[in-house]
Amino acid sequence: MRLLGIRALSKRFGGLQAVDGLTLALEEGEVLGLIGPNGAGKTTAFHLISGFLAPDAGEIHFRDRSLVGLRPHQVCHLGLTRTFQIARPFPHLSVLENVKVGAFARTASSREAAAKAGRALEEVGLLAKAGGRAGELTLAERKRLELARALATDPSLLLLDEVMAGLSAVETERIVELIRAINARGVSILLIEHVMRAVMSLSHRVAVLNYGQLIAEGPPAQVANAPNVIEAYLGEEYVGVS
Amino acid sequence: MKWLLGIALLILLVLPNFLGSYLLTVFIFIFFYAYLGQAWNLLGGYGGQISLGHAAFVGVGAYTSTYLAMTYRLSPWIGMFIGGAAAALLGAVIGYLGFRFGLRGFYFILLTVAFAEICRLIVAHLEALGGALGLFITFTGDPWQFQFSDNRYYYYIALGLMLASMGIVAAVERTRMGTYLTAVREDEDASEALGVNTFGTKLAAIVLSAFLTGVGGTFYANYLFSLQPNTAFGIPLSVEIILRPIVGGSGTLMGPILGSFILSPLAELSRSYLARGGLSGVHLIVYGSLLIAVVLFFPRGAYPYLRDLFRKRGAA
Repeated sequence: MRLLGIRALSKRFGGLQAVDGLTLALEEGEVLGLIGPNGAGKTTAFHLISGFLAPDAGEIHFRDRSLVGLRPHQVCHLGLTRTFQIARPFPHLSVLENVKVGAFARTASSREAAAKAGRALEEVGLLAKAGGRAGELTLAERKRLELARALATDPSLLLLDEVMAGLSAVETERIVELIRAINARGVSILLIEHVMRAVMSLSHRVAVLNYGQLIAEGPPAQVANAPNVIEAYLGEEYVGVS
Repeated sequence: MKWLLGIALLILLVLPNFLGSYLLTVFIFIFFYAYLGQAWNLLGGYGGQISLGHAAFVGVGAYTSTYLAMTYRLSPWIGMFIGGAAAALLGAVIGYLGFRFGLRGFYFILLTVAFAEICRLIVAHLEALGGALGLFITFTGDPWQFQFSDNRYYYYIALGLMLASMGIVAAVERTRMGTYLTAVREDEDASEALGVNTFGTKLAAIVLSAFLTGVGGTFYANYLFSLQPNTAFGIPLSVEIILRPIVGGSGTLMGPILGSFILSPLAELSRSYLARGGLSGVHLIVYGSLLIAVVLFFPRGAYPYLRDLFRKRGAA
């Protein structure tokens, strides 16, 4: 069943066409990787889907509901939660409080929210840090906190914006395992990622953006070898080398 | 900590029997400004939306109940809630404009200052409200008219207001609203992404804060027996309101209380001593220097600093 449907989505900033007629669909249970060179419009697409930016044109449907015109918190309540490229913890709140903010999306009870936040922290392996201040976490821990907060909102679709950026190889491997486990329990995932090995191993399908346009879409192995994708990343002269 | 607060409360309850009229006044102001500071703290401390126009809510609350009392003989005990509701309405207007159009930081501060000034000018030009001269309440000593010949009653009312505000803020702290407010203060976009209606949260905070501040206006009018637009809506009063939570620790339950216990006596002492020595006005310099010192050395306020100190002691 189709979970997310995007049709002819466009957004322009002054002279820059950031997203240009993007059409994309995501099936229930799928992990879809969104890749492309810097400035290709991936994060703008995330902003449009999650309600932080209003599109100039195009449609976004989540299940049967149009998301255009909704504010981010409404999108979140429908079951679509995003994370931020640069982790944005609430620095003066405890780690548990941070996750409770997310959990409160589904319950008004502080006790239930705390219990749920605890489960989310356990899932990402941060439970030991629950009492500490979020501002004191390491980068890798912040990324996990970002995930835990999003999970606590009970999403059916998670939008992950570069959750692996800046992590060591070992940490990246653990996050990949974590995302796989989250997907295995039924959460669909749309992820922006620059760590190619991770995207290729995680994603069921990969979509490639360049200058705001979708230039390729399909299974990871097929997309990785498409000439226009190699050209977009490495330049024309590399096409056909490998 | 709990028993410490209990003892403090007991002391405060019996204290009026041992205080002269001057010290009684000092304590009344400590409680009253702690109350106003706590009401501000809800929006400014927890929610991070700095208002420098909270005097407007004091003024609206004070003028509403006083006008109703003078014109219709309505008891200020009832008028205080009508005044609170009027202040809440003004808060809703300011909040709607400010938050709907996404004013943050300095711009929101300016909006609140502007509204307080507009209120001050309107009232100063309304004959029905006494114009620039203001309203003067004639003393009858009728408790139903919020008038007492014994200052100890004002002491207990002010203490009650302070305790009530602490109870309300402590309750808010434990609810979803409290968590949402602090989340909005820390990062609005991240809060929105996690399902927080940031607009609604901020609006609720300013309405509640304005209501409490407006209720305080009735006490203000009936303790001073007079109301002038320049003082009731003026920036100096707004500054007095926000200084206590900032000095004591904004965004903490004890901050406004501690701040008021630090600042109000100091303001009184420096005023009376220096004025007696023929140096009237110098107290403002002393007061100002003290504030600079606090902001420099305890940027998060006195309470968080003390709390950490106690924790370290406890650990060692």
